[in-house]
Amino acid sequence: MWPIVFTALFAAALSLFPRTATAVERFPPPEFESGYEIPQPTAPEPRARPYDYLDTAVLMAALAAAAWFVLKMRSRKAVFVLMVLCLLYLGFWRGGCVCPVGAAQNVILAVFDAEYVASWIVILFFFAPLAACLFFGRVFCSSVCPLGAVQDLVVFKPVQVPAWLESPLRLTAYLYLGTTVLMAATGSAFVICRYDPFVALFRLSGSINILVMAGCLLVMGIFIGRPYCRFLCPYGVILRNVSRVSKWHVTITPQDCVKCRLCEDSCPFGAIRPPAKATPESSRPMLKRRLAVSMAAIPVLAAAGGWAGYKASGLLARVHPTTRLAERVFLEDTGKAEGTTDASDAFRGTGEEAETLYAEAADIGALFGRGSILLGAFMGLVAAVKLAQALVGPGNDNYIADRASCLACGRCFQYCPVDRK
Amino acid sequence: MKADETTDRRSFLRRIGRWLGGIAMAGSAGYLCFDSRSRGTVWQIDPYTCVACGNCATHCVLQESAVKCVHAYAVCGYCRICFGFFGPEPAGITEAAENQLCPTGAINRKYVEDPYYQYSIDEALCNGCGKCVEGCNTFGNGSLFLQVRHDRCLNCNECAIAAVCPSGAFKRIPAGRPYLFKEP
Repeated sequence: MWPIVFTALFAAALSLFPRTATAVERFPPPEFESGYEIPQPTAPEPRARPYDYLDTAVLMAALAAAAWFVLKMRSRKAVFVLMVLCLLYLGFWRGGCVCPVGAAQNVILAVFDAEYVASWIVILFFFAPLAACLFFGRVFCSSVCPLGAVQDLVVFKPVQVPAWLESPLRLTAYLYLGTTVLMAATGSAFVICRYDPFVALFRLSGSINILVMAGCLLVMGIFIGRPYCRFLCPYGVILRNVSRVSKWHVTITPQDCVKCRLCEDSCPFGAIRPPAKATPESSRPMLKRRLAVSMAAIPVLAAAGGWAGYKASGLLARVHPTTRLAERVFLEDTGKAEGTTDASDAFRGTGEEAETLYAEAADIGALFGRGSILLGAFMGLVAAVKLAQALVGPGNDNYIADRASCLACGRCFQYCPVDRK
Repeated sequence: MKADETTDRRSFLRRIGRWLGGIAMAGSAGYLCFDSRSRGTVWQIDPYTCVACGNCATHCVLQESAVKCVHAYAVCGYCRICFGFFGPEPAGITEAAENQLCPTGAINRKYVEDPYYQYSIDEALCNGCGKCVEGCNTFGNGSLFLQVRHDRCLNCNECAIAAVCPSGAFKRIPAGRPYLFKEP
């Protein structure tokens, strides 16, 4: 009976206090007479720490082996085996975390937020594949990245995406990269990790939406080779542009190309560029006109993108928790929203002024305004460059692997009839 | 950089690009590493900010949350009637299941000496819902609180619980001191 009275009394007395109780000593800790010793709570060590060095070693070794297999041995089989091993270790055993794709965000946050310090392993995971790419092309994509590997395993019935569609679709990946930078730099969210489709699959746990998305991407991947890598992956965008200047790169044929066209359909990722028709002298003025058009398009598209970004900044800012909280508190205070949320309760529990919160949210809003304009302008610029490429792109004499799009998987090697010495 | 006969314009540009890219990478990596004082971070809950909303039990990417209740014995009042242990209207002051607040029965109550009782958490049963934390915070000393248990936590780059934490109690803290325990 009396516990109920107890409860009622306490409830009446203490309901005035905020829910976030600081350690108040309502009942002083007793002094024991029976020799009872007060135990200490246990504190198990972070379990990932011993893996740091192993992960580093695996990454380095895999990158080196991949470069060797792709450029020296020219063996698709070896690449495939390495890819599966990396999928098993980095994907299923280590749960896909730490990964270079997501590490990009830590690096961005470390650059923009002086208080955040990225650990050495994250920095290394971000830069090592890029450095490898600078020398050997996208060997990371082909054989090390677990996200790529899981898609590579399901490429059964590849359909060629027409080039005129592939290039504009890739704008999605640039948009993803730009948004990632904006969200990480403002400390709002790590969007790559939040929407990473395959990590949930590796761990066989996680949100059901993400697992469904992974399933969709894999089903799509049966027909469209590696959809995430080609049209979404933000790290892939960085890699493809580094790969353009790589020192060595995949060549379809070890010797001279005999233009037998056997390799033409061997690439499921649309990375083989057929020889372009030689431009006749008479079309020179036309090319010049096209060049002028694409140059003029740069400021126009950049300005249009900037404007669109400015318009979207309010929406983007809502990703930041403080903006959402300020909005909620404002709605509650002005009577436009009924009830409270956990977040608004927690805020009121701290006893801070709503005005302080509004000011903070306004600062974040201004930051997003500037950032979104930059993001939009960047997208406009990318679109302009793509336009220029489409209008006055360079031609090539032989069948070559496109430096940017080639994932160095080595499938084309076995289609080439030219023996290597 | 001398252009020999095999160097055409494109490979020359490529070489320049490679050098610029290499310098940029080395520069930024060096800058960040120079800045890298820590051995990385882990996720942890600030027990003084936590409002025990219950999201920890449901939003962790692990099926069984990495967040568990921890008991700072030194803060505890060793009450006979513990509001973290007993439900709001217990039928009696006994350990019977219907009297308990914890939905999984993860809190053990043990007699120490009159009138003191020790409460300890069976982590294998705890699901991190924070019901006991709320009870202890509201009526008691607040010695029960939620913590990320690092033997379970995968240390995701973006913690799924942190993304939905209503009070901003989830923080990245140095991996060298991975817990934020309450102390007397």
